[in-house]
Amino acid sequence: MFKIVRREEMAEGTVILNEIEAPLIAKKARPGQFVILKANEEGERIPLTMAETNPEKGTITIIYMVVGKSTALFRDLAVGEGYMDVIGPLGKPTHLEKLGKVVCVGGGTGVAVLHPITRGLKDVGNDVTCIIGARNKGLLMMEEQMRNASHDLKLCTDDGSYGHHGFVTDVLKDVLEKEDIKLVVAIGPVPMMKAVSNLTKQYNVETMVSLNPIMVDGTGMCGGCRVTVGGETKFACVDGPEFDGHKVDYDELMLRLRAYAAEEKKCLNDYCTIRDAK
Amino acid sequence: MAETATKDKKAGRVAMPEQDPHVRARNFLEVPTGYTVKMAQEEAARCLQCKKPACVTGCPVGVDIPGFIELITEGDFTGAIRNLWSKNALPAVCGRVCPQESQCEGKCIVGKKGEPVAIGNLERFVADYEREHGTGELPPKAAPTGKKVAVVGSGPSGLTVAGDLVTKGHDVTIFEAFHKPGGVLIYGIPEFRLPKAIVAQEVHFLERLGAKLECNAVVGRTVSLDELFEQGYEAIYIGVGAGLPRFMNIPGENYVGILSANEYLTRANLMKAYEYPKVDTPIPLGKNVVVLGAGNVAMDSARTAMRLGAESVKIVYRRSREEMPARNAEIHHAEEEGIELFLLTNPTQYLGDENGRLIGMECLKMELGEPDDSGRRRPVAIKGSEFELACDLCIVAVGSGANPLLTSETPDMALNKWGNVVTDPATGKTTKKGVWAGGDIVTGAATVILAMGAGREAANSIHNYLSLGW
Ligand SMILES: Cc1cc2nc3c(=O)[nH]c(=O)nc-3n(C[C@H](O)[C@H](O)[C@H](O)COP(=O)(O)OP(=O)(O)OC[C@H]3O[C@@H](n4cnc5c(N)ncnc54)[C@H](O)[C@@H]3O)c2cc1C
Ligand SMILES: Cc1cc2nc3c(=O)[nH]c(=O)nc-3n(C[C@H](O)[C@H](O)[C@H](O)COP(=O)(O)OP(=O)(O)OC[C@H]3O[C@@H](n4cnc5c(N)ncnc54)[C@H](O)[C@@H]3O)c2cc1C
Ligand code: SF4
Ligand code: SF4
Ligand code: FES
Repeated sequence: MFKIVRREEMAEGTVILNEIEAPLIAKKARPGQFVILKANEEGERIPLTMAETNPEKGTITIIYMVVGKSTALFRDLAVGEGYMDVIGPLGKPTHLEKLGKVVCVGGGTGVAVLHPITRGLKDVGNDVTCIIGARNKGLLMMEEQMRNASHDLKLCTDDGSYGHHGFVTDVLKDVLEKEDIKLVVAIGPVPMMKAVSNLTKQYNVETMVSLNPIMVDGTGMCGGCRVTVGGETKFACVDGPEFDGHKVDYDELMLRLRAYAAEEKKCLNDYCTIRDAK
Repeated sequence: MAETATKDKKAGRVAMPEQDPHVRARNFLEVPTGYTVKMAQEEAARCLQCKKPACVTGCPVGVDIPGFIELITEGDFTGAIRNLWSKNALPAVCGRVCPQESQCEGKCIVGKKGEPVAIGNLERFVADYEREHGTGELPPKAAPTGKKVAVVGSGPSGLTVAGDLVTKGHDVTIFEAFHKPGGVLIYGIPEFRLPKAIVAQEVHFLERLGAKLECNAVVGRTVSLDELFEQGYEAIYIGVGAGLPRFMNIPGENYVGILSANEYLTRANLMKAYEYPKVDTPIPLGKNVVVLGAGNVAMDSARTAMRLGAESVKIVYRRSREEMPARNAEIHHAEEEGIELFLLTNPTQYLGDENGRLIGMECLKMELGEPDDSGRRRPVAIKGSEFELACDLCIVAVGSGANPLLTSETPDMALNKWGNVVTDPATGKTTKKGVWAGGDIVTGAATVILAMGAGREAANSIHNYLSLGW
């Protein structure tokens, strides 16, 4: 078993942090890589990015939004309990290079995924501006960590309850107008990554996104995670998860993410009914 | 037939009882239910005990076929299993899944005039009898050598190496990427053909023998080959299989409802999605299912779809029945269960709706032309023969290649142009010192028994290396 040693609730309980004992993975993991977790014998294999790793302590940290049955099951695991299986590190690590001025844009739990990449980009000597957004103030997460990981943090909320009133793309447009940006990293909901990529294309700024298709093995053996990038089929788990944002077919990704929509809804409802009855 | 077969060796074989096709087409229980002792002895009596047994030359690992069959006639089932084990570590598996018609049974002399001796069925009988009645006594083991060996991949090839080396006294650890051991035997071949309890028991047997098992260990990611050497492993065997799905590369392949057979079967077998929602992993349920390809993988996918409640299941294959690579028994079982064969048919394009979901495919009729490189007649499209096939689920089972995950992290190990590991055929040695490889990662997708045979040869070579040097 992979024991949970720390558990926190964020964004009004919709997002959960677990620090898990996984010494082999902690030692090898690099920014941008993910793990696959399975809670118990009957559980599904769920990919989540490592938001942090601590090789000395032998732990990894995941931060996930509760969206369906499996993440609801994960939420109900207490400190001292754990995951039956944790596999990783998977995926290609982020290519970290000193480029100059870079912007990291995060939305929702994408912020968790963005955190180690932002810090990595800063550590290699880039001037890092960070823009993070959420629907409202309560859902905004990791403000302090992101402030520490970057040189300049800009916040926005859809309802104006905190920071700039509006979308991350508004703020990004502003930055792109004023400064010579070498790279934009965008991680969040697919529509957000699509909007950012459309914007940066106009400014001809290289853009990297991290994709989250449905996965099974995470090692390139099933092809379930295939995405179209630049007209070619790629397996996100081994060729990615990061890709050139200007080349990704986001519409296809959104359709493929809904492949099991009916089953997922029923599964979550059943789980909540059973749990609430207890 | 069973009643009349006793004396006349030329008459038909003793048929193994099977679940009725109408019943089994909707359940996941094993199809053939096994011989009784009486049936086994009756069938064993059909063997002529040839002095120069042709059957043995057809078996890639040289099982002493007349020898174990004679022990069945004598009622010495313990002797029979010992005899089998000396050549084949997984007789319960091979008896069920070997393509006997092109191997041992294909060479059997009795088969020249009538039906060959049912060697596979007898092998399965002996192994099942041992599992149900045996003492579970472990075979003798050599004294510990203190040498550590790492086996990467727990398919039939890796399991064979682990079994052989642990018996020779070495300290063996198997590293497996998935959360459960067994390779294709667990994630690929379905329950109704190879019950998972059998595979689990074989693995458990190895653990009792002293082999260690590390699941969730993706070698190349969690740990590299060089790190294994640093950890004190003196030899490494790579048996990672052919785990890279091939697709058709035709328009529309990423519509929802098109899955590789690897994904479909992994969901069904490894994740037990056929029990959904009792388990959490879903599997798409198609009403009208098309399976592309005609090997064992295609048959397994088609028969799984039928069991998951499909109204129609069609196998679409561009060559003719003669070229179908699946075992005869699987094709026969599939047809009995109501699966239709669309032969000499090639899909050219998938059709989808506005939500990106599969609704059908466009196909072309083919005819057979001149022989190609493989010696099989090349299928050629018939002009103007386009037609549409409606379907809401398509499973692509057109082969698999070498997965580069481990090999791309190991640049000092030579690969061929298809990405398979290059080895010395006699020993399984790779071009990297201390590293052996075998099974599907070397040969490309092949058979269980070939993967095991390669494992045995490599195990012998590893043992020599650990005792004498490279
Ligand atoms: C490489 C990668 C990294 C990710 N990192 C994070 C992260 O750090 N934090 C986070 O909150 N989320 C992350 N995700 C998304 C996360 O995996 C899904 O939210 C999770 O699988 C939902 O499972 P569920 O059963 O709770 O929801 P479900 O009800 O099953 O599904 C809800 C949504 O999740 C998607 N989904 C379902 N199953 C899978 C699966 N096996 N693989 C991928 N997506 C699936 C569905 O398309 C659907 O949109 C990542 C995904 C990938 C591929
Ligand atoms: C659906 C299906 C049906 C088949 N039916 C038959 C049949 O009826 N008869 C027959 O003879 N053959 C059949 N075959 C072929 C047969 O199963 C294979 O030839 C055989 O399993 C190959 O054995 P292997 O040990 O080389 O590899 P595999 O069985 O593929 O095992 C490889 C193992 O290595 C693991 N692995 C991969 N990469 C890594 C890594 N980096 N680190 C750690 N572990 C790793 C995999 O997860 C897997 O468990 C079938 C194959 C399939 C897919
Ligand atoms: S191992 Fe396979 S080929 Fe050899 S005798 Fe047994 S069934 Fe036949
Ligand atoms: S060839 Fe047939 S009859 Fe002869 S020993 Fe082998 S199984 Fe028996
Ligand atoms: S998750 Fe199976 S190939 Fe990527």
